[in-house]
Amino acid sequence: MHVKSIQKITSFWFKLSGAITLAILMIIVSYILIKGIGAINLEFLLTKPVDSGREGGILPMILSSLYLLAVTSFIAIPLGVGSALYMAEYNENHKLEVVIRFISQVLASVPSIVFGLFGLAFLIFFLKTGWSLLSGGVILSLMSMPTIYQVSEVALKSVPEHYKEGCYGMGATKWQCITSIILPTAASGIFTGIILALTRAFSEAAAVMYLVGSSLEMPTSLLDTGRPLPLHLYVLANEGISMENAYGTAFVLIAIVLTITILSNHIISKYEIKLGV
Amino acid sequence: MKIEVNHFNAGFGNMEILKDINLKIPKHSVTALIGPSGCGKSTFLRSINRMNDLSRDFCCNGDILINSMNIYGDEIDVVDLRKNVGMVFQKANPFPMSIYDNVAYGLRIHGIHDDYEISKVVEKSLKQAALWEEVEDKLFESALNLSGGQQQRLCIARTIAVNPDIILMDEPCSALDPISTLKIEELISELKKDYTIVLVTHNMQQAKRSSDYTAFFLNGEVIESGLTRNIFQNPQEIKTQDYIMGRFG
Repeated sequence: MHVKSIQKITSFWFKLSGAITLAILMIIVSYILIKGIGAINLEFLLTKPVDSGREGGILPMILSSLYLLAVTSFIAIPLGVGSALYMAEYNENHKLEVVIRFISQVLASVPSIVFGLFGLAFLIFFLKTGWSLLSGGVILSLMSMPTIYQVSEVALKSVPEHYKEGCYGMGATKWQCITSIILPTAASGIFTGIILALTRAFSEAAAVMYLVGSSLEMPTSLLDTGRPLPLHLYVLANEGISMENAYGTAFVLIAIVLTITILSNHIISKYEIKLGV
Repeated sequence: MKIEVNHFNAGFGNMEILKDINLKIPKHSVTALIGPSGCGKSTFLRSINRMNDLSRDFCCNGDILINSMNIYGDEIDVVDLRKNVGMVFQKANPFPMSIYDNVAYGLRIHGIHDDYEISKVVEKSLKQAALWEEVEDKLFESALNLSGGQQQRLCIARTIAVNPDIILMDEPCSALDPISTLKIEELISELKKDYTIVLVTHNMQQAKRSSDYTAFFLNGEVIESGLTRNIFQNPQEIKTQDYIMGRFG
């Protein structure tokens, strides 16, 4: 009887936690989507803002965000996955592993505004790179790398030892083993980490606010200044320019992040079915 | 002699595992390595294709000659050695890819990319491993969906696809049911026409049924080796006799 009542209570507790989590997410997302949908039309999506964003659209912001995403992917994915590969497959020094893991944990927990201030001090004032989407992307890369590194390392280390043995037993070189067995087996885990880090970077305002120049113009290259969606949203709301357009911007931001997440989950599950795991 | 082992010692770090092993393994035969757990038979098997090299603190001295070449010599390329000396593991370990790609794997990493050639070898290897009829209509499904016995035969097919000289088998049936075990044993007798097979086994009946020669390992030494029927019917050493009678191990 006693065991059964514990069983009942715990199962109720788990169900409740699940329901509350789901409810919070649904409330936030649907609130923003409902508030924002009124602002969405083709003009909003395809034109420049007029009068600081009171009127007009947000196309330059969408483009700025995509530029930042591209720079971040280009820098953070190879570095994050590369260092995870080194740790999982090449490094034999346990102390180094502990130190690097600690550093990456610390880096992952540094507040994004600190990354932003560091970028301002180091890139803009010290290296004099100038305000640009590239500078913002570099800082977002530093911010995303620890997550990509940590998740990839776990994924790579969980590749079963017997796959590797089978592979080396066939006469594969280390590089062949990595490319043909280790990376494909760890790919869905690595991909999950990448998506997690990139969607966070995509939604980041504080880390880039001092770096991208916050211009309202259409960015034509990485060296142009720009203003990504989250920053635009922040400015619109913070300076009381237009709450309607702020919600509209939030709508677009959430829609893009949701699309990336849903699409990547779909790709991962297809891939896992193909591997048969 | 296909494999000749002279005064071979090996261990990990300070731990000595194999002591002064001397053994001759003839061509196109099945040699069973028997002995209780921890006697060094698997370490010895893994010395023949230098899989132990993957452990950083492995060290050894003495010679293992394959076709009269010392495989621990400076001029040996480990990749070529492992291509020539295939290995089937205790736990069936097909790669997480299709059945076809598993068998094609060795060919591709050794630089063969001609699809027609690969498909012919895949079919031939699967037939040789007595698996073709069971998988011919699902070659492009994941190998991980096969049963344990089928997976182990797939691993054998994968190994013979690169046309090795020698096949090492590390307790290949220990995780399989009796029917799958029987299939693998039949396969072993079939394969010895083309390959030299070294088989580590815990199962005395298996050694008796499928091998031509047997070496009995105990505490890192070869106590006795010779024709299987001599070892089982007329062992010269008391320890061998005790082991095969089931008095220890």
